[in-house]
Amino acid sequence: MPNHRVSNLPYAFVALGVLCLLIGSYLGLFVAPPEHYMGDVQRIMYVHVPTAWNAMLAMTFAFAAAVMFLFTNDWKWDARMEAAIEVGVMLAFLLCCQGAIWAKPTWGVWWDWDPRLTTTAVLLFAFAGILALRRFVDDPVKRGTWSAVATVIAYADVPIVYYSVRWWNSLHQMQSSPATVSSAFHLPLRLNAFGVLFLMTGFIMLRARIASLRLAEEIAPPPADALGELA
Amino acid sequence: MPMDALAIDAEHLARRFGRRWALLDVSLQLRRGEVMMVAGRNGSGKTTLLRVLATAIRADGGRAVVGGFELARREEIRGISALLSHQSYLYESLTALENLDVVSRFCGAPAPSPAMVLERVGLSARADDPVSTFSAGMRKRLSFARVLLQQPSIAFLDEPYGQLDPEGFGLVDEVVAELRSRDASVLIATHQVERVGRFANRTITLEAGRAR
Amino acid sequence: MIAALRKELLLQWRTRAQAVAVFVFGATALLLFSFAIGPNAAALREYAAGFLWLALLLSSTLTLSESFHAEMENSALEGLLLIPASPRALYYGKAVANAIQLIVLGIALVPVMIVLYDAGTMRLPTLLLIIILGGAGLSAPGTLYAAMTSQIRAKQMLLPLLLFPLIVPVLLAAVKATSLAILGDPMEQGRAWLLLLVAFNGIYWSLCGLLFARVVED
Repeated sequence: MPNHRVSNLPYAFVALGVLCLLIGSYLGLFVAPPEHYMGDVQRIMYVHVPTAWNAMLAMTFAFAAAVMFLFTNDWKWDARMEAAIEVGVMLAFLLCCQGAIWAKPTWGVWWDWDPRLTTTAVLLFAFAGILALRRFVDDPVKRGTWSAVATVIAYADVPIVYYSVRWWNSLHQMQSSPATVSSAFHLPLRLNAFGVLFLMTGFIMLRARIASLRLAEEIAPPPADALGELA
Repeated sequence: MPMDALAIDAEHLARRFGRRWALLDVSLQLRRGEVMMVAGRNGSGKTTLLRVLATAIRADGGRAVVGGFELARREEIRGISALLSHQSYLYESLTALENLDVVSRFCGAPAPSPAMVLERVGLSARADDPVSTFSAGMRKRLSFARVLLQQPSIAFLDEPYGQLDPEGFGLVDEVVAELRSRDASVLIATHQVERVGRFANRTITLEAGRAR
Repeated sequence: MIAALRKELLLQWRTRAQAVAVFVFGATALLLFSFAIGPNAAALREYAAGFLWLALLLSSTLTLSESFHAEMENSALEGLLLIPASPRALYYGKAVANAIQLIVLGIALVPVMIVLYDAGTMRLPTLLLIIILGGAGLSAPGTLYAAMTSQIRAKQMLLPLLLFPLIVPVLLAAVKATSLAILGDPMEQGRAWLLLLVAFNGIYWSLCGLLFARVVED
């Protein structure tokens, strides 16, 4: 897959993302006032909410890429899907860690079964499973098709999982996560949100590039003069 | 298919498995009612060629028109062709008759009765025995019966003489002759080069995925 | 599709000894789960629903992966596809047969649950409905994934890995609904869970039927 001029755009995104995160985090951690009820612990919201938004965005992009691949069989969509799933899994994992970090001082337990967080955990396992599936399929066409099918199926499940966990949880005490608490300071939140977005975009682009390069070797057309075996 | 039309018109077919190209550049043409022998050593790509043309697996390069349909039109090609594969396509826990019954139910169009076809391949005596009790030769005969049930216009036979006794050899020759008389085309991949060479209209020899 | 279902039921009947083995597995699981609680009658009764569905879920991995064993042995599935048989028909035949097998297993495990956990109930029709919807909900995506994983080497590992996160809603809804059937449902919440099961089944029986062809064709 010829890539005549390797674009530096992804690196620009990463740099921009880091910059936004640095400023946003500084504002959120040191400048914004502590929250009314929860105090400083609530500051995690400045990373938690951006991570949550972007994890969902990554998964949605993976779903879109999967659908595109199933319809077009164009390899760039397989590469993008693989990248989006990996980044999404990372973000989902971070999200669960953040949730645990917030829950322990607040509720005294590491996991509070918040519907959104629990849905994220299920999503994490589902998409990690898809990454595992990709490892075990050698044929690139099968690998792309099967993981695209699995992605579509897993993504369709997201709303159902969310509602089922929410109903299940509502029978007990309704927990809240830091995201449901309102804050007067939106600027650090928005900055961090864009920061993670740029960072994520840059990572997905770079990861997709790696995936494309790997694919290029696997799907190359038959060599003109080979003896039936690639060197 | 109109008279004199090409049953198979394949150009530069290619197929890879991992890093290995099983088919590199195979082109062939087969007319209606003709028999083509595909010869070549083990691993030369004969099975892959038949499987690609029968649409059991995809092609990674080249194109082909089988029975007037492009390779992408899998359902149509499958409707007019039948593949005798290395795999028997049989259910071990079902009897011979039941296996054929399953096939005939999916065939839809008026097909010969499973019992008649079993008779034709010489397995009537074992009609109600589960396939798990069958020898290799008997399974081959049953697989042949499957092909006959489908009444193909194009038959892909992959090593049809394999595992058969001399009587079985005769059966294969008869079936090929019968198919031919009904204007069906037959592609036979085989090691029995002398035997098939006697009645084949054309021969193609594969070597490392290429047609020599 | 009728042809496909006929074939499936015939195959299942021929290998019915396996169904007994799976039942024993499920019953053993129910027994082992009770050890986690201990001889506390009240607690056992409270968690009976959860254990029943966990046992059913674990057993489903056995029946689902086994359901493609006969297809892959001699590549019989490929043989059918080449006749040609419609992949969609083959999927629905297999998924319905798997659902029936899971439902029968669920029904068979109910007496075991009643005895071990003292979890009797008069709401048997409701329980039957939950088992039907839950079994179908497990079978729809399970059959698709079983078809996928039966073609690769790490089949044992990958089927649960892929299936379990997906059927979380089925598990939650079935457990909740069963629990309400056993312990009492004063606020009529059971219906909401049944509707969730219906929705899940509706979505996945259609979605998986559409996608099956992409999973079994090369």
